[in-house]
Amino acid sequence: MEIQLKGVRHRYGEMQVLEDVTFNLPTGQIVCIIGPSGCGKSTLLRFIGGLERPDEGEIQLVGERPAGCLNPLTYIFQDFALLPWRTVEENISVVLEDHRIKGREAERIISDVLGRTKLTEFRKAYPRQLSGGMKQRVAIARALSVSPAVMLMDEPLSALDSQTRELLMDDLVELWLRERFTACYVTHNLAEAVRLGHKIILLSRRPGRIRQVVQIDMPLEERAARLMELEVIQRDLWALMRDEAMAADRELAHDN
Amino acid sequence: MTTEAIRGQAVAATAIPPQSIRTRPVPFRGGGFRPQPMRWVGPVVFLVLLVVWELGCHTGIIGSLVLPAPSKVWGALQDLYQSGLLRKHVLASLSRLVVGWTLGAALGVTVGLTIGLFSLARAGLLPLVSAIFPIPKIALLPLFVIWFGIGEGSKIATILFGTFFPMVIATYGGVDNVDRSLIRMGQSFGLSWSSIVRKIIIPGAMPAILSGFRISVSIGIILLVAAEMIGAEFGIGSYILMAGAIFSMEQLIAGVAILSLIGLCASGLIGWAERRLLGWRAR
Repeated sequence: MEIQLKGVRHRYGEMQVLEDVTFNLPTGQIVCIIGPSGCGKSTLLRFIGGLERPDEGEIQLVGERPAGCLNPLTYIFQDFALLPWRTVEENISVVLEDHRIKGREAERIISDVLGRTKLTEFRKAYPRQLSGGMKQRVAIARALSVSPAVMLMDEPLSALDSQTRELLMDDLVELWLRERFTACYVTHNLAEAVRLGHKIILLSRRPGRIRQVVQIDMPLEERAARLMELEVIQRDLWALMRDEAMAADRELAHDN
Repeated sequence: MTTEAIRGQAVAATAIPPQSIRTRPVPFRGGGFRPQPMRWVGPVVFLVLLVVWELGCHTGIIGSLVLPAPSKVWGALQDLYQSGLLRKHVLASLSRLVVGWTLGAALGVTVGLTIGLFSLARAGLLPLVSAIFPIPKIALLPLFVIWFGIGEGSKIATILFGTFFPMVIATYGGVDNVDRSLIRMGQSFGLSWSSIVRKIIIPGAMPAILSGFRISVSIGIILLVAAEMIGAEFGIGSYILMAGAIFSMEQLIAGVAILSLIGLCASGLIGWAERRLLGWRAR
């Protein structure tokens, strides 16, 4: 399933946050959206998943929902959004219950996704007992359990320390190689973008416009070993972003 | 540049300072400000107080009309037990408290959830709740006597009314404080409205609801005694009122001790519920 955005514009009160954003999320690819803080990238992700509505422009789903897919547009949040009163397995079953999946079928799905995210031995643990990286793995397992057509990832690694981030990045690559999922990955971290993105969309400072689209043809599985080449791309992107990031940093906060 | 050229070399982490420089351990400054559990202290303080009190009464430092000795109070309690009135008083009081508080808390939680979930209910009911909440419900007791009769009705209504408002406020506050990102998560996975309420909002508001229970139970006990002071044949409140009227201080203290015990039991029950329902919270 593909997603097309056409002329998306949005304002919060007086403030224009997004200006004429047009791009598409091709099937089986990871599109990274980067930009200085406050450029509206998380807002854009909320539009794509239908949690908020843009003032103008359209967001279209192209193609049929794949067979067996329970929740086509599935988020992974920066703050994990796990229910603290439920164990790991119950955090997954909560999203299955509403699709009338219970008992043995739910059991099968839960075991499967916990296996795929290397969490099998943590089934009965509560979120407070887990490290940040483990919590995000649970959130990823929960997302996988509904067999999403598109994963919408809102700074999924930003709340983690750099070592955990490195480990989880490898896991995400491994997962993508197996599942070939479609994803929109919002981040402010250029290193993540060049490691995971097939396409990188650079947004400008508020109001967010598309400044540049960079295609990286290097296969994901080779990127960890070819960091030097990625470094060049990353430096070019930073050169484009630097002044805007500095200006964004000096801006006064607006309440929205 | 190759990676070899910038690769570092491992060195020892410590270097021994020369003897002439004075060395000393870093002073420790980090202690305190951390309450430790000490189970035995509470009972010991209680016992010491009882002994001092008893001795004070025996030596005559404390006059018998000022404060009766604990042994006298114990005697009054035993008299009450032997006459069979203890059971009647306690049962009468407990049934009023249980019925009044259960109804008040159940209605309070329901209305609190309604206010928390629906903007219309919030706009319509919240000003009303804020206006009635601060009224001392004891002041309304004569009104309740006219409305619900001098019997059980007015007493239960007083407790119900008094526990209802704090429960409304605790519950809607709890709903307001539920993490919005969890609700957004529920929506993003396509959970139905009722699933979001049952599986995210109510468990999220549970800590606030249970602390509301604690407050409303103690308000309930206060109102119970006040209500029983008007036209009640049995009940701890009427027992205390009667004891006060004949200046029988040991009976009065005995009644107060029973009330304190009821309060402790209620708080113990709520503590048990908290351990059961909120076991997921970090201790």
